Amino acid sequence: MDWIVYAVITLAKTALLLFVLLTAVAYATLMERKVLGFMQLRLGPNRVGPWGLLQPLADGVKLFFKEDISLPVGEPRLYAVAPWVTAVAAITPFLAIPFADTVAPETVQIFGHTVDLARYGLHRGVVADLPGAILFILAISSLSAYGVVLGGWASDNRYSLLGGIRVTAQMISYELSLGMAVVGVLLVAGSMRLTEIVDAQARMPFIVYQPMGFILYLTAAFAETCRTPFDLIECENELVAGYHTEYSSMKFGLFQLAEYAHIITVSAIAVTLYLGGWQGPWLPSGLWFVLKTGALVFFFIWVRATYPRVRYDQLMTFGWKVLLPLSLANILVTGCAVAMWG
Amino acid sequence: MELFLFVIFSLLTVGSAAAVVWHPHPVKSALFLILSFFSMGGLYLLLQAEFIALMQVLVYAGAVMVLFLFVIMLLNLKPRGEDRTAFKVRIRWAGPLALLFVGGVLTAMTGALARVAPAGAQGPEWVVAQGGNIRALGRLLFTRGLLPFEVTSILLLVAVVGVMVLAKKERR
Repeated sequence: MDWIVYAVITLAKTALLLFVLLTAVAYATLMERKVLGFMQLRLGPNRVGPWGLLQPLADGVKLFFKEDISLPVGEPRLYAVAPWVTAVAAITPFLAIPFADTVAPETVQIFGHTVDLARYGLHRGVVADLPGAILFILAISSLSAYGVVLGGWASDNRYSLLGGIRVTAQMISYELSLGMAVVGVLLVAGSMRLTEIVDAQARMPFIVYQPMGFILYLTAAFAETCRTPFDLIECENELVAGYHTEYSSMKFGLFQLAEYAHIITVSAIAVTLYLGGWQGPWLPSGLWFVLKTGALVFFFIWVRATYPRVRYDQLMTFGWKVLLPLSLANILVTGCAVAMWG
Repeated sequence: MELFLFVIFSLLTVGSAAAVVWHPHPVKSALFLILSFFSMGGLYLLLQAEFIALMQVLVYAGAVMVLFLFVIMLLNLKPRGEDRTAFKVRIRWAGPLALLFVGGVLTAMTGALARVAPAGAQGPEWVVAQGGNIRALGRLLFTRGLLPFEVTSILLLVAVVGVMVLAKKERR
C-alpha cells in the first residue's frame, strides 16, 4: 500500500514544480522585456494590468489564437515534434534539482498505518534524488539541441537550416566546457548527488572554492542556452530568425517556453552547485532558492542588454581555445588542492 | 514489470538499429540511431548501471550523434531514391556475413561467461558496499584498470593529433 503514498507524493511534487516553473517562465518573459526596457530608457510593456503584470497572459492568449501554419514542404512530422523535444529537454532536468529543504514529514500516518517517507528521501524538496543527478541533467539538457536542429532542418528553409547547423557546432563546443566546469564542484563535494552537494555547502557556498569554475560554468551556460552574446542561431540580421523562422502559434510558443525554461534551469543548477542551493538564513528555504535563481535570471537579461553578439568564428575560437583549456586547468588545480587539503 | 520493460527496450534497440540500415534517408537513419542509443540506455538502467546509462545518453545521443547530424546536414546528403539495386546486391552479401559475425560473437561470449567471470568482476553486494555504481566504477577504473585506461586515452590523443595533421592545409 505504501507505493500509492509514494506515487501521490511524487506526482504532487512534480505538479507543484511544473506549475511554479511554467509561471516563472511566463514572468521571465515579462521580466526580460521590463528590464531591457529600463536599461534602454524605455518603459517596457505597461498596458495589460498594473505595470504590465498581466502581459504574459495576454501573450499566451495571442499565441494560442494565431494561425498554426503547417508546412506543405519539408518534413511536417518532424517539424511538429521538434518544439516538443526542446521544451521537454529544457524542463525535465528540474526534476533532479533540490528546490527546498523538506516539504513533508519523515513519516506520515494514513488510516493508522505509518508510511516511512524518509526511506526513499521523499520528504526532501526534490522530485528525484538521483545518485548521478549532475549527469542526468547534463544528458537531458544536451538533447535540447535536437529540437533546434530538427526544427531548422524540417522547415525546408535555408535560414532555418543554417541556424540548425550552427547550434550543433555550438552545442558540441560548449557542452564539453560546461561538463568540465562542473567537475570542479564534484571534486570539492565528493559526490554527484545534488542533495549532498547542497548539504555540503551549509557552512560555505562552493563559489568561494570554485570562483573560476563558477565563471566558466556561467559562460558555457550562456552558450548552452543560446543567449546573447552567443545567440547566433537566431541572429535576426543574417538568419531572419534562424531555426524558428517557419514556426507560428503554439509551436513557436513552445520554442520560446523552452528558451526561458532553459535559462531558469541552468540558473537553478548554478545556484545548487555554487551558491549554496536553498540554504540561507531567516527566510524559508524554497524562497531562498527562488530568490537566488531569480537573481541569476536577471543577470542573463542584464548581459543581453550589455553585450553585442560575437561572430561565429570568435564563438568557436573562444570555446575551444579559451574556455576548454581554462576549465581543464581548473580541474587540475582543484584536484591538487583537494588531494593536499581535502 | 522488469521483463516487460526489457522486451520493449530490446525491441526498440534492435528495431531502430535495423531501421538505421534500411531507411533511405541519411538524416532519418541518424535519428533512428539516436533512438537505438536511447533504448540501449534504458537496457543499462534495467541492469542498475545508471552511470553507464547516463553516459550512453550524454556521450552518444547527446554529443556524437549531434556531430553526425552536423556532418550529414552540412554535406546535404539526399535520400538514396528509387535506384536501390546496388544496395540490394550489397545486402545479399552482407546478411549472411552479419549473421556469421553475430553468431561468432554470441558463441564466444556465452563460452567465456560460462567458464570464468572477467578479471576484476564483482557482485552487486560489493558495488553497494563501495557506496554505489559511480564510486565502484571509479575505484576499479583507477586501480585495476589504470593501465588500459591510460593507454586508451593515449590512443585517443594520437587519433586527435593525427586528424589535426591530416586536416591541416599546407601553408607556403
